[in-house]
Amino acid sequence: MPNELGLERQDYRGATSTLCPGCGHDSISNQIISAAYDLSLPMYRVIKLSGIGCSSKTPAYFLKGSHGFNAVHGRMPSVATGATLANNDLVAVAVSGDGDTGSIGFGQFKHLIRRNVPLVYIIENNGVYGLTKGQFSATSDEGQELKYYGRNELPAIDLCLEAIIGGATFVARSFSGDAKQVQTLIKAAISHRGTAVIDIISPCVTFNNDPKGNKSYDYGKKNEIALHEIDYMPKGYVPEREEITVGDYEEGSTVEVQMHDGSYIALKKLSHDHDPRNRASAIATLEKAQTEQLFLTGLIYYEEPRPVYGETLGIVNTPLAHLPEEKLRPSQDALATLMQSYM
Amino acid sequence: MAVEAQTNVQMQAANKPVVNDFALMVATKNGSGSQTSNAVIIRSLFRMGIPVSGKNLFPSNIKGLPTWYTIRASKDGYVARKSVIEVAVTFNQDTAAEDIANLPPGGVVIIPSDWKWGKSRADVVYYEVPVKELVTQAQIPTDFRDRISNMVYVGAVAALFDIPMDIIRRALLDQFNNKEKPTQMNFGVAELAYQWMKANTVKSDPFRFEPMNATAGKILIEGNESAALGSLFGGLTVVAWYPITPSTSVVDGVLENLSLRRDPETGKSTVAIAQAEDELSAIGMIIGAGWAGARSMTATSGPGLSLMAEFAGLAYYAEIPCVIWDITRMGPSTGLPTRTSQGDILFTHFLSHGDTRHPILLPGSVKECFEFGWRAFEYSDQLQTPIFVLSDLDLGMNLWMSDPFDYPDQPINRGKLLNAEQLSAFISEKGDWGRYKDYDGDGVGYRTIPGTNHPRAAYFTRGTGHNEMAVYSERGDDWVKNMTRLRFKIDSARALLPQPVIDHDPAKKIGIISYGSNDPAIVEGRDQLAAAGVQTNYLRIRALPLAESVREFVLSHDRVYLIENNFDGQMAQILRMEIAEDTRHMVSLPCGDTLPMSAQWVFDQIMAVEKQATRE
Ligand SMILES: Cc1ncc(C[n+]2csc(CCOP(=O)(O)OP(=O)(O)O)c2C)c(N)n1
Ligand code: SF4
Ligand SMILES: [Mg+2]
Repeated sequence: MPNELGLERQDYRGATSTLCPGCGHDSISNQIISAAYDLSLPMYRVIKLSGIGCSSKTPAYFLKGSHGFNAVHGRMPSVATGATLANNDLVAVAVSGDGDTGSIGFGQFKHLIRRNVPLVYIIENNGVYGLTKGQFSATSDEGQELKYYGRNELPAIDLCLEAIIGGATFVARSFSGDAKQVQTLIKAAISHRGTAVIDIISPCVTFNNDPKGNKSYDYGKKNEIALHEIDYMPKGYVPEREEITVGDYEEGSTVEVQMHDGSYIALKKLSHDHDPRNRASAIATLEKAQTEQLFLTGLIYYEEPRPVYGETLGIVNTPLAHLPEEKLRPSQDALATLMQSYM
Repeated sequence: MAVEAQTNVQMQAANKPVVNDFALMVATKNGSGSQTSNAVIIRSLFRMGIPVSGKNLFPSNIKGLPTWYTIRASKDGYVARKSVIEVAVTFNQDTAAEDIANLPPGGVVIIPSDWKWGKSRADVVYYEVPVKELVTQAQIPTDFRDRISNMVYVGAVAALFDIPMDIIRRALLDQFNNKEKPTQMNFGVAELAYQWMKANTVKSDPFRFEPMNATAGKILIEGNESAALGSLFGGLTVVAWYPITPSTSVVDGVLENLSLRRDPETGKSTVAIAQAEDELSAIGMIIGAGWAGARSMTATSGPGLSLMAEFAGLAYYAEIPCVIWDITRMGPSTGLPTRTSQGDILFTHFLSHGDTRHPILLPGSVKECFEFGWRAFEYSDQLQTPIFVLSDLDLGMNLWMSDPFDYPDQPINRGKLLNAEQLSAFISEKGDWGRYKDYDGDGVGYRTIPGTNHPRAAYFTRGTGHNEMAVYSERGDDWVKNMTRLRFKIDSARALLPQPVIDHDPAKKIGIISYGSNDPAIVEGRDQLAAAGVQTNYLRIRALPLAESVREFVLSHDRVYLIENNFDGQMAQILRMEIAEDTRHMVSLPCGDTLPMSAQWVFDQIMAVEKQATRE
């Protein structure tokens, strides 16, 4: 069925994937395709960015109508920063891996968030370096065993926690085996204005899918605990319920949050005591997940958008890339006056 | 040594005045605020119409270490560093003994009388100034006393060498943006010192300034600020940077002159200035911006450039326009961070792994810093490749006299960039569009930018192997085809980039090749050589890859000197690599002694070889 732009879902696909059959990353690409199709996203306004890794290859496999940039390892955030400064009208969708983000690109990740560069930042987190054939990554859990590299003795970095501490205004965790949740979170993230981080556990079937390991399909399917049921209502939706303020959010109740572009997300609270609009609660939830070894998914933290980087820098509203010559080059008189001041 | 010897003779004949042809060295402690005083002396001489140049030799330190500032007046218009300096203002007790020892016979010392010191030399003239007493007398608030005590030597210099005090006042107003209060406070001290000198000193040296008319219509500016202005007139829209001496003032220059690029209605800026977390990020940002259609730039120095290596290769191979200024300092590593050098040439030309060869612009004056500032964007867009501009600390951070800058003589040209309509027309004419396909036989493809509303505008940018349709490819033939085109593209830049400036008389058989900030030393050195009977031709390289005329110049001389300011003779290596013919008649003369080049050095080096050659 064609969407509002008259496009079919298949029009949003990219080149054929060359990842291992069954790789978690491919299911995420599929959800990006579905989300973009559902949202009737005009592909020409989208840019796809990534670093290096199996995960970072995926932008070639979705949204063929969008410009893509497969940058260098860990430094996609800086490329995204420059691109969105050059043209603030673009919708940026970025894909990274746990190695790309959690190790070599850790600094750029934190600084991207600090600047609030407007983009969707998806981490396809398999707890391993896929492309270099199975080394531990910084998100590998303490005590995890790998075929060639033995036992990991170091604690894992929680990228959601890092994002919240860094100042991100939209932070979510999901599981590539949970298609609906992944898709809904991506839609919500695209509707958000600012850096939206989604850390998606995405099993590497080749190097890290032992059912004992907590980045495996088996583990995810058995242990995923959704913090809430999440629904996305596109622009034009009239909220049924009044927005509920912090504290009133009881188990089983639903809270609706309006996103920057006018769409809504509805969060129906499940068993866990967690309010995504409260930073301390979000951090506590992640701490608890860590100590109790719980695989909690959903929208972990959300706050009202703060100014994005271009706004902070005070640049004009017109995309810089579209400025005409008269805006780019001061006049001959301006130069003459300037020269006088140096005489 | 002919010329230097002559200077000494001049000086000894104290009754024969030396007018507008000597240099002054001010020795102070870093952070003591002497910058203002030095700038005021320079501006005053400039206002008197005397050709003047200043060089700051400062330590890598915020406060306390010795710093020297040399000011040269030259009636003949020479602006290179002068190796012999006649007048020493020794306001730093730690270095005074050495500063005095370095003076030529007949030199002059201006020294505070507050210190305990002995006259170490009988062949120089000493003038003592009661600095403390004068500052106390001027009733300067204690907070300002240390800084303003430097005004004492301004007054003393004015009194001894004849700079009118009203000119000093005007220079102070310039320095303080016409603010009366600081001007008055500083002027008060200078004036007291001036009066004290006039009343208590008998002049017994031959040096004097006299008004001339050689600076009318000229400007006084630093290279880095010129680069910033050039960029602003070149349509810069995104600048990303990480602070590093001596490049920081490039971006400071953009900030200070941002009013040129503000929207009059909203006050918002058409330039995004992003302070990155490091140079890895700074170059990533400008590559992202260049890819998305901005005119983007960064400014850095050696250590930062080193961090940019991987991204530079990606941008070269993915063919993304952006501009990188390297204000070169002495390396490797932190090296001598506040000393000038031309030691990044080889590294920059080939920056990155794999086969890369970057075009480089080599400005030789502040005027060229401005011109290359805007032209770099033109070249970068036309060639679709990063353009490196190699300036250095000497050019970038010192004040230079110049003719006013010329307004860009051509409209902004974004090169082969297709918008949606143009893309439609292109496809209907050519049948297809491949990002990396060479339709015109010039090695440059057509690009689109993100946000182009056309169903076929999108392509995928990657550092990985790709064919001409921008599709991933590991095929050998695709690789070779692409690299062949890139090589051809960069080779054709030889004709596009700024051509060498050549002074060539076929009757002369000795040639000099140099580049960048060495120009003033070469110009003056050639005059000295000519006076000593050695006639030379001169070619100044302004870009890499080399223009064809460089080869011709080398081959049409009996002997060619390649003079540069690094240790290993890096440009000479590039010439030998590029010129297939015998270049054994080319003598590599690298200086690399931490200082801006002097004419004396040029003269001595060439004379030494020439004497040897004539003997043989
Ligand atoms: C500067 C640099 N260092 C190392 C590499 C090699 N490398 C490629 S991918 C990768 C790890 C990728 O891991 P991750 O981001 O988790 O992606 P995955 O393959 O697991 O999806 C490494 C180390 C590189 N490409 N660049
Ligand atoms: S190695 Fe792992 S991460 Fe890479 S494609 Fe295969 S399954 Fe996916
Ligand atoms: Mg991984």
